[in-house]
Amino acid sequence: MFSLAVFFQSFGPLFWAARYTLLISVLGIGLGVVIGTLICAARLSPYPPLRRFAAIWVSFLRGVPLLVQLLVFYYALPVIGLDVPAMVAAVVTVGICASAYISEIWRGAIAALPKGQAEAAVAIGMTPVDVWTRVILPQAVTLSLPALINELILLVKASSLVSVVGILEITRASQAQAATTFRPLEVYIAAACIYLLINLCLAALGRYLEHRTAV
Amino acid sequence: MLAASSVEMRKVNKYYGKFQALKDIELSIPPGKVTCLIGPSGSGKSTLLRCINFLEEYDSGEVRIDGQLIGYDAPNKKMSGRRLREMRRSIGMVFQQFNLWPHMTARENVAEGLIRVRRISKADADRRASEALAKVGLADKSASHPSRLSGGQQQRVAIARAIAMEPKLMLFDEPTSALDPELVGEVLSVMRTLAGEGMTMVVVTHEMGFAAHVADQVGFMEKGELVSVDSPDRILHRPEDARIQSFLRTYHERNSF
Ligand SMILES: Nc1ncnc2c1ncn2[C@@H]1O[C@H](COP(=O)(O)OP(=O)(O)OP(=O)(O)O)[C@@H](O)[C@H]1O
Ligand SMILES: [Mg+2]
Repeated sequence: MFSLAVFFQSFGPLFWAARYTLLISVLGIGLGVVIGTLICAARLSPYPPLRRFAAIWVSFLRGVPLLVQLLVFYYALPVIGLDVPAMVAAVVTVGICASAYISEIWRGAIAALPKGQAEAAVAIGMTPVDVWTRVILPQAVTLSLPALINELILLVKASSLVSVVGILEITRASQAQAATTFRPLEVYIAAACIYLLINLCLAALGRYLEHRTAV
Repeated sequence: MLAASSVEMRKVNKYYGKFQALKDIELSIPPGKVTCLIGPSGSGKSTLLRCINFLEEYDSGEVRIDGQLIGYDAPNKKMSGRRLREMRRSIGMVFQQFNLWPHMTARENVAEGLIRVRRISKADADRRASEALAKVGLADKSASHPSRLSGGQQQRVAIARAIAMEPKLMLFDEPTSALDPELVGEVLSVMRTLAGEGMTMVVVTHEMGFAAHVADQVGFMEKGELVSVDSPDRILHRPEDARIQSFLRTYHERNSF
């Protein structure tokens, strides 16, 4: 029999754990945007060594599963004498992993802009900085919003992987709940509901932003 | 009467890799006059036009605006970005695809260059932008985004964006080619007004009527060569060169029914 009582009781602790899920995803995407922007800038720069570094960064991080990256990072840091909290290691790893995808999102959006957009700005004598900040980036950001929200949703789900380094986020918390209640099905369905709820909210946010920036 | 620039092109060559897009171009564009460039697709008209504001970098020869070499300080020595930007300020350009910035309103499109390049205060820039829009007949559209405007209106905003910078020379690259036929007239009429005010204009066009009636000289290009530059009458009505005759024949066949 499916126990509605256990199902509903699971929500309390799981919601509590969801703050870690959200924290890791949001900080992760924040860090990912910062690093991803730098990587994208390197990728589009006129300097071959920078371009090569960025290309390697992207293909390496996209080629190794996040779970493996997490484990490597988590166990490598103490080796080089850094003792960081699991939470920091998790956010940094998620952020670095996301940076590879985000840099590609930027690059795609920038490449999608017609060449004439920048040309019109160059032709009236704008500086390269103005061309980027006034013409290219505002449009690239708008173009990439759906993909960025999509990336955030992927991160919320991927953040379940950080349970392996001992952070009590939704997945890890539900494992604990399942073990104490002996009702895994109810608990995991509750966990699924919370993930779904978060991501439906994010998707709605995405649609709102898209609508607001549409011209 | 506005201050108008002259352009001198001497032995200008341009390569894309091994392909020679411009061959020893010699062209004098007198101040305050309208020069139209015609010729078949791929003949190098856009490339020539874009060398005038160095949007396309020519490989050898000279392009001078009012005697001032553009793009280079000396042969093989590129001009600084700052100097080039200063020269571009007084050269307006209008593109076939309008190239308006879609995230800005019509007025913002026009004011942007005034604020960023001419360093004019926002209030003054807005006022001048409104004036420029009024001049092209779009005073009532200043708050519209480009996506809300017809092609003809978009191109007129693009012209307003260029003239608001008070250029001394205007380059047009097939300004009406992307327009539905019924919208061509409104753009040509704005250009005719501009020509009447004494603006130096270089216009790549397939509008032979405009070339015949507004141009002071017409250049015909083929395969990277400027075959001939002469009065509209001698190029369009009494061409001696067989290549021009054949081009015009094709043009007339396509435009008659
Ligand atoms: N970026 C480029 N790289 C390589 N070849 C180019 C490039 N731009 C132009 N070309 C070539 O140079 C030649 C001249 O091009 P251009 O655009 O100046 O022709 P056009 O006379 O303006 O033609 P159209 O009437 O089709 O606009 C063409 O053969 C074109 O393929
Ligand atoms: Mg062309």
